[in-house]
Amino acid sequence: MILTLKKRSVLPGFGLALGWTLLYLCLMVLIPLSTILIKSASLSWAQFWDAVSSPRALASYRLSFGASLVAALINAVFGLLVAWILVRYRFPFRRIVDGLVDLPFALPTAVAGIVLTTLYSPNGWVGSRLTKVGIKVAYTPLGVMVALTFIGLPFVVRTVQPVLQDLDVGIEEAAHSLGANLWQTFRRVLLPELLPAWITGSTLAFARALGEYGSVVFIAGNMPMRTEITPLLIMTKLDQFDYAGASAIALVFLVASFSLLLLVNVIQRRQSSLPVLG
Amino acid sequence: MATTASPRILTAPRTKPRVRTDPALVRWALIAIGGVFLGLFLLLPLAAVFANAFAKGATAYMAALREPEAASAIRLTLLASAIAVCLNVVFGVAAAWAIARFDFTGKNLLITLIDVPFSVSPVISGMIFVLLFGAQGWFGSWLAARDLKIIFAVPELIPVMQALGGEEEEAAVTLGASGWKTFFRITLPNIKWGLLYGIILCNARAMGEFGAVSVVSGHIRGLTNTMPLYIEILYNDYQFVPAFAIASLLTLLAVVTLVAKSLVEWKTERQAAEHDSVTEEGL
Repeated sequence: MILTLKKRSVLPGFGLALGWTLLYLCLMVLIPLSTILIKSASLSWAQFWDAVSSPRALASYRLSFGASLVAALINAVFGLLVAWILVRYRFPFRRIVDGLVDLPFALPTAVAGIVLTTLYSPNGWVGSRLTKVGIKVAYTPLGVMVALTFIGLPFVVRTVQPVLQDLDVGIEEAAHSLGANLWQTFRRVLLPELLPAWITGSTLAFARALGEYGSVVFIAGNMPMRTEITPLLIMTKLDQFDYAGASAIALVFLVASFSLLLLVNVIQRRQSSLPVLG
Repeated sequence: MATTASPRILTAPRTKPRVRTDPALVRWALIAIGGVFLGLFLLLPLAAVFANAFAKGATAYMAALREPEAASAIRLTLLASAIAVCLNVVFGVAAAWAIARFDFTGKNLLITLIDVPFSVSPVISGMIFVLLFGAQGWFGSWLAARDLKIIFAVPELIPVMQALGGEEEEAAVTLGASGWKTFFRITLPNIKWGLLYGIILCNARAMGEFGAVSVVSGHIRGLTNTMPLYIEILYNDYQFVPAFAIASLLTLLAVVTLVAKSLVEWKTERQAAEHDSVTEEGL
């Protein structure tokens, strides 16, 4: 049966490899995910609506989506800049900086959480200076944004970097010698090439920020209605054994993040179908 | 390959980077802005972990690590992530073999499915396991870790395998080697660096996982506390030095992971270069 599914190959092991992969995915991903649907289905439509549209839930969506969006935008701007200098310029410690960009992937989120809180709290290294100018970061929505910016930082850099590396610098030089200034070269020559990767990276940063829990709970202060993110609200409901309510909110959240993932796939498919320059 | 939702797999392309010669002012201004941003968001937190851990001297630091509760948290973390890593390596190699070596219907769907745990909030995946198994017990804490972590081995392998191509394996099979023999003699040596990095990263993620484990474990002190959970408890008790002492261990692990990544990238680059030159000579 499987043989008709795949194209001919002399290599063995297809059945074993694919079978094991599917089994594991079912056990670890598909069956578990379906429990959310089943649990939510135990609610009536009105109960479901009440759970997902309570004022506290709505406030948490606003904060989660708003802060993630701002963090993704900050990362979009600075990620592009960092990718640019890493690829196009040579400066001391470039390799080390390049490696360091992945730190938010490797650093446990709880560690990131306590360290950012300590830095940005009113008596921390950064926080004490910001307090003097009247900016409060820790325990405000601004703090949530800082944490989300930290954890999303590598995404834009790592998606834009390879595309930028494959772009022929000759095209930019051609544009330059035809009289375009730096901004025009960037805007007319580079941006169209980088745009798909840039959007993909920013969307991934956004999606990652949406689900983030570990680093945010420390810095947010977790006041209901003000600095409570949606994953924390789910956690709170679980602690109160309100499993159905938690599932309902989780379902809304899952649909949102899958839509984002789908969007990324669509963008990437368009990207790969575009003719490649150079 | 349709890139997965995990950008860390994007190893640097092998073409030589092209250096630009913009006006020095523009160049250094951009480098300065990027440097300040990265310094503020990456370097400063990294330094702060160790500064806080050693705030009361090395004796306080060592004392924090010798606490029996710290020791039990470290033990559980090591055990749980070892189990998770083993399971995920087997899955990772199987999935990478199926995806990188064969064309089949539904391949893109499979790739998307593998990415799912990456895009699901850790709290939600933790909750799923609570719903599934009901009990919040010590059984759960390693269970949650392994659900997520797999995924980090796979994406690392697929590009490596694709880059190397299937010719060597095809040659071996054509010459009469059995499937397993081909795998152990040809494939495994070829992917060993990618696999090694996958394992290290997978391990770092498993040991550092917080959200999912936090939901599942039920926070029983000295029994189901992993290192990140123990950090949370200490921090909320205002025991900053012990919290940062444990955090510094995990941070060291993160730094080791980053160094390993750089080394592996360098190795695969060299391996690919050798591979290319051999192919060219052969022609």
